[in-house]
Amino acid sequence: MMFANTNWFYYAAPQRFFALAGKIIPPLYILATLLAIAGLVIGLGVAPTDAVQGDAYRIIFVHVPTAWMSMVIYVAMAFWAAVGLAFNARLALMLARAAAPTGALMTLLALVSGSLWGKPTWGTWWVWDARLTSELILLFLYLGFITLHAAIEDERRADRAAALVALVGVVNVPIIYFSVKWWNTLHQSASISLSKAPSIATPMLLGMLIMALAFWAYAIAVILSRTRIIILEREADTAWVQALRSVP
Amino acid sequence: MNWDSFAAFVHMGGYGFYVWSSFGAVVIVIFLELLQLWLRQRRLSDADVSAREGEA
Repeated sequence: MMFANTNWFYYAAPQRFFALAGKIIPPLYILATLLAIAGLVIGLGVAPTDAVQGDAYRIIFVHVPTAWMSMVIYVAMAFWAAVGLAFNARLALMLARAAAPTGALMTLLALVSGSLWGKPTWGTWWVWDARLTSELILLFLYLGFITLHAAIEDERRADRAAALVALVGVVNVPIIYFSVKWWNTLHQSASISLSKAPSIATPMLLGMLIMALAFWAYAIAVILSRTRIIILEREADTAWVQALRSVP
Repeated sequence: MNWDSFAAFVHMGGYGFYVWSSFGAVVIVIFLELLQLWLRQRRLSDADVSAREGEA
C-alpha cells in the first residue's frame, strides 16, 4: 500500500490540510471538466435514442449523478459530523459544514431534473411518492443544517448543533435509496445494481458512469475549496494565517 | 452520431425543452456556486487588505 506509511492524523491540523487541499484542488477541477466533456460526448452524441422514452431519457446523464451525489455528500457530511463530535476535531466539523451547500445544490438539481423528466414521461412535474418525498426531505435536512449553523452565533456551538442534525438526518438516506423497493412508486427502480446486469444499454451506462465521476471530482474539489475558505475565516487570528496573508 | 443536423440535436426528438432545461440548470447552479465561492474568497482578501491599511 502506497499510503500505508502516511500518518493521516498529520493532516487533521487545519494548517497542513490547507496546504494539501491547495495542491489537489486544481487537478480535480481539470479532471471534472475532462470527464464532463467525455460524458456529454458519449451521452448526447454516441448513446442511441431510447426505444421507449425517446430522447427524454438523456436527462439521466445529469439526474442520476446529481441524485447519487445528493446522498453520497450527505453520508460524508454525517460521517465528518460524527468524527467531529466524537473526537472534538475542528477540521472534521469544518468539512461537514463545507459539504452542506454542495449537497443541497445536488439535491435541488436532482429534484429539478427529475421534475423535468417526470413531465414528459409521467405527465406530471411532481407526485408525492416515497422516492420524491424522501429526496425533498433530504433538501430540507441540508437547509436545516445550513440555517441552524448560521443562526447560532458561537461558532463551536453552531458546529456541534448542526453536526447533530446531520447525524440524525442520515436515517433518511437508506429510505431514499430503498424507497423504490419498499413502496410502489411511480419512480422507476434503479438503473444499475450490484446484483443484476444493468437494465440499460452500454453507451448509456458508460455515459452515466463517466458523468457520475465528473460530479464526484467536482463535488470533492468544490467542498475542499470551501473548506479552505472556512479554515481561513476561522483561523484568521492564528500566526500561520497571518503569515500566509502578509504575502500579497 | 445520432443527429442528422444541428437543428435535430437541439430539438431532441421533441424533448428539447426538458433535456436542455435540466442540463442548463446544472450549468447555472455550478456557475453560481463557483461565483459565490470566489466572492467569499475575495471578501476575505479585502478584509485582510483593509485590516492591514488600518494598522498602517
